[in-house]
Formats: sequence, C-alpha cells, structure tokens
Amino acid sequence: MYVAVKGGEAAIANAHRMLAEDRRGDPAVPELSLEQIQQQLTLAVDRVMTEGALYDRELAALAIKQARGDLPEAIFLLRAYRTTLPRFGASRPLDTGRMVVRRRISATFKDVPGGQVLGPTFDYTHRLLDFSLAVPREPAASSPPAPTRSEAPAGDGAMPRVIELLDREGLIESEAPDAEERVVADITREPLEFPADRDARLQGLARGDEGFLLALGYATQRGYGRNHPFAGEIRLGEVVVEVVPEELGFAIGVGELTLTECQMVNQFKGSAVAPPQFTRGYGLAFGHAERKAMAMALVDRALRARELDEPVTAPSQDEEFVLSHGDNVEAAGFVQHLKLPHHVDFQSELVLLRALRADGAAAEAAG
Amino acid sequence: MTAYNFAFLDEQTKRMIRRAVLKAVAIPGYQVPFGSREMPLSYGWGTGGVQVTASVIGPDDVLKVIDQGADDTTNAVSLRQFFVRTTGVRTTTRTDEATLIQTRHRIPETALRAGQIVVLQVPIPEPLRWLEPRETETRTMHALEEYGVMWVRLYEDITRHGRVETAYDYPVVVNDRYLMRPSPIPKFDNPKLDRNPALLLFGAGREKRIYAVPPHTRVRSLDFVDHPFKVEAWEEPCALCGARAVFLDEIVVDDKGGRMFVCSDTDFCERRRAGEAPR
Repeated sequence: MYVAVKGGEAAIANAHRMLAEDRRGDPAVPELSLEQIQQQLTLAVDRVMTEGALYDRELAALAIKQARGDLPEAIFLLRAYRTTLPRFGASRPLDTGRMVVRRRISATFKDVPGGQVLGPTFDYTHRLLDFSLAVPREPAASSPPAPTRSEAPAGDGAMPRVIELLDREGLIESEAPDAEERVVADITREPLEFPADRDARLQGLARGDEGFLLALGYATQRGYGRNHPFAGEIRLGEVVVEVVPEELGFAIGVGELTLTECQMVNQFKGSAVAPPQFTRGYGLAFGHAERKAMAMALVDRALRARELDEPVTAPSQDEEFVLSHGDNVEAAGFVQHLKLPHHVDFQSELVLLRALRADGAAAEAAG
Repeated sequence: MTAYNFAFLDEQTKRMIRRAVLKAVAIPGYQVPFGSREMPLSYGWGTGGVQVTASVIGPDDVLKVIDQGADDTTNAVSLRQFFVRTTGVRTTTRTDEATLIQTRHRIPETALRAGQIVVLQVPIPEPLRWLEPRETETRTMHALEEYGVMWVRLYEDITRHGRVETAYDYPVVVNDRYLMRPSPIPKFDNPKLDRNPALLLFGAGREKRIYAVPPHTRVRSLDFVDHPFKVEAWEEPCALCGARAVFLDEIVVDDKGGRMFVCSDTDFCERRRAGEAPR
C-alpha cells in the first residue's frame, strides 16, 4: 500500500552531510588552505571574482573551496554574498592609462611607446605536461627571481594606450568621457531593459559566462556577425581605485585592482553619417583573464551593430539574446531547475495526451 | 557580517519590491519589472517567490510552503527552513491556518479566504514568450492589447487536434485586459484564480518580474464559445481519502503497469482522512 512520501527534511540534512564529506575527500590528505588557493589557483580566483562581480581574493578562494572547485558554483556563492553588501558610493572612473603594467602587447604595431611587455603568459609555452610539478619543490635559492614590478620595463610609467595613437590621427571613432554627473547603469539594482545602453551591456558582459562569450566571440570571427578585429592592445596590471569623499571634495586612493583590459580595433566601412574608420570593442576583467577580456571585446563590438547601422544577422549582435542568456548563475539555475519535481504538470500532460489518444482511437473506430 | 536582516533582504530592497507589488496590484495581470536580487538559492528554485514572500512577511505571519501541492517535497522543506531560519515565523501545513502561502505549481484545494496572500513561483512570466521570444516585441503587444497570435494558436490546436494542447500554464485574461501566465499551475487550478478572495502574487526572480491578481478580480481562461475551457478529470477518486474533483497525482506502484491516484494537495488529503471536511 502506498503511503505519502515523507522525510524530505532528513534527506536534505543527509545530503548536506555527504556533500561535506565529499568536499573534504580523504582526511589523510592535508586540507587546502585559502592561502594556497589564493596563491596557486590565481586564475580560478580571478574568474570567480570577475563573474562573481566582487573583488575579494579571500572570499573568492573560500567560495572555490566550498564549491569543490566548481567555478560557476563558486561564482554563485560570491554573488549571493555580494547582494547583501551595502553600497557606499561609486569610485571615480578607473584610469587604465595609469596602470602599473605587468604585461602589455599590441598586435597592430610592431613596437609602441612603452614597448611590448610579454609578462606572465601561457602564450608561448609548449603544452607539455611538466612532470616536475608533480612533486612539490622547495623554492630554489639559486635561480634568479622573476623581475618584480618595479624592475619591469615600464620606464617612467608612461604607457599610453595604443588606441590613442589612432585616435590622434582621427582614424578611429573618438570616444569622449561621459559627463561627471551621469549616473552609470547598475544591472544588479535595476532590471535590464531593452534596448540597453552600452554601460549596461558592458556590465552584463563583464559578469557574463566566459565560455558563452568565448563561443559568441569565436562565432563572429567565423562569419556570424563578423567585425574584422585586431587586438589593438591587451594590458595587465594594477590600477588605483579613487573615490571622492563628499566631506573632502578631492580624490583619494582607496586600494588597487589587478585588471586585464582589451581594446579591440575593428574595421568599419562607414555609413551614411560616418566616414570609413576603425571602431572599438572593449573588454575588462578582474585579475588576469585575457580570454575573457578578448571575447568580451569581440561581443561588445558585435552588439554595437544597431548603433553603427550594421545589419543584425547573428546571435552575437542581438543584445536580447546575448544579455538574457550570458549569465551563468541564471542559466545554470534555470537549466538545473528541471531536477525539481514537476509531477503535477507532468500529470496534466499525461491526462491531455491520453485524451488526445482516446480522441484518435474513437475517430478511427467511427471512420 | 554576523547576522542577516529579518527575512534576509535589507529593508530598502523590501521597499523596492513592495512598490513593485503595489504597482502590480494596481494593474492586475501587468508584469512589473523589478530589481531582482541574487538570492542564496538557485534561480529556478523560487527566487522570485522568495523575494516577494520576504518583502511582505511579518513576525506575526503564519507561513505555509508547498511544492506540487505537498508540504514535504524537498524544495518546499528547504524554502520553509529558509524562512524559519531568517524570520522565526510560525509555519503550518494547514491551508486555513496560514496567512501567507508560497507555492510552486499548485493552488490549494481548500478554499482561500480574504486576508490570505498566496505567492506563486514563476519561471517564465511572459504568456507570449513561445510565440514571440523578444521582450521588446511582447511589451508592445501587451501595451496594444494585441493578443491575436495567442487566439490563433488556440484555434490551430483545435483544428489540428480537436482540443487545446495546453495542460498547464494555460493562458488567462485578467480583469478583461492583460493576458497572463498563471505560472505553471495545471489548468485544473485556473478556475481558482477567478474572483478569489485572497491576494495572489506572482514572482519571477530570474526574469525580474512581479505581477498580481488582486482579490475578487475576474480571471478568464481563454476559450471559444463552441470549445469551452475544461479542466482535467480523473475516472477514480483519491485512493487515500476518496475525494473527487481534486487534482490527483499518479503513483507508479509496481513495474507491471500498476497505478494509483492520490491527492496532490497533501494537507487537504490528510484532513479528510482525519475526518475533517475542508472547504
């Protein structure tokens, strides 16, 4: 005899206990510390901070540990914490032109003022498994230390953005700073409305899933909304965050962020109102995240189709498509909610399907 | 941070949501955009409903949480625990005792009364979404009350299959104006929306929309004069309490095709078996 199912509460408690056990793994293996995650899984921390939209390495490391290394889950944890934080105000716009650069490359010029700085990159590594990493090593006392930031060839710190060279010649669309008093969109406080302005779009892209943006950006390169990009400049380094406290009336530095910035330069044939010129796509991410920043810049440019009077033919040019589906916390939730019980709606479908079948059988018998 | 605010959300956020709720009540069936917050539970698990409940709940409320009609399904248990933890309010499984009912996919069988608030969790609020994926388009269609595509869809179903092929989330018109998605309740529950004395609030967290059916508002399920709207019916009564004209769950009892049908509304069923006669 069937008895109504009970015990959801006990099942949930047990599930949480098993989850904690699995998270810890074999207790004979030392537990991961947040310092280890922050120091040795830096790029995971960077991604979680970027898509979690909260710059806090320690909390990101905690989220990664709690999520057992599942980065979208860690991003979700960080977002759910972020939403409870009070807003003290907005910073001054970051000036990435004053970045203390650790890496800076331009694909559009052989050499640029300030020089090409390769920095810490996987780009020219041979992807051969380094079996020597399998065994923990003592730090070698004899090998020369990597150049520190102060020794990096940043010269007097003057490292003008490459794109400004084109700007001076008038070959690229000019970009004027917004008026000081303009309030920047905040898609975490106000619902996104369409058509969306570029500030809201860039926020959506910055928080957007790296894999989703990577695929969309890649698609633009293969002809789905092609925008002929060149990597004008990619830079990585530290930028000071400044705020103007009301009682002081002048800017003070409150900390620094590590950022990756990508300025994409894109061909543009011109329109009825604009001469042929280069146009821009912009990408920015916390930490070291070039793949994300570059993909973001490609999609940002693609989403400017309407404004540049280009035909919208591909998903990457369609802001409703991109911005409504790019958030992995939203997407992961809705895809996975199919795990929840749906037996009431399913029963409705069964009743309907049986009725349709009965209609069909009756019609056949009558015919 | 050591403690969260009552019902998790900060008071500013609750006020923002209550303003959206008030607007929704003022324009029955209209989807009000709101600044949906990221909640500590997954999108799709009821973040919209939870935000609405968190914004209207007070310390004196008595809360009931159901999923699929049942108080003890895992997500109902989880959401109830969330509110117990963050508000300390009294909870109940009895529909008549509750002042506030959060539900997914069902409206209780026990008749609701004035003063009660029912919060429904909504995955996709836009009734026209499968016919027109673009929000910019559907908002215009609502503004112009341009619902022809939905009528054509229902008509095509009838010409092809002899009946409307929608079993849940069956479209309704609220207060003779807005086309509304009743959240995926089975169409069996649609008649309960009509002129219900309780306040019905709908929250869609991921889609950032709130809408409402105020008490005693007319809610009509779309149909044609020669093809009137009909709800699901079962040939047998509930195997546990004998109730008829209630929504039944189909329970697979063996691997030889054995089935039994029992009430989806567990509170209703238990009380009938205890000799009470709800409703």
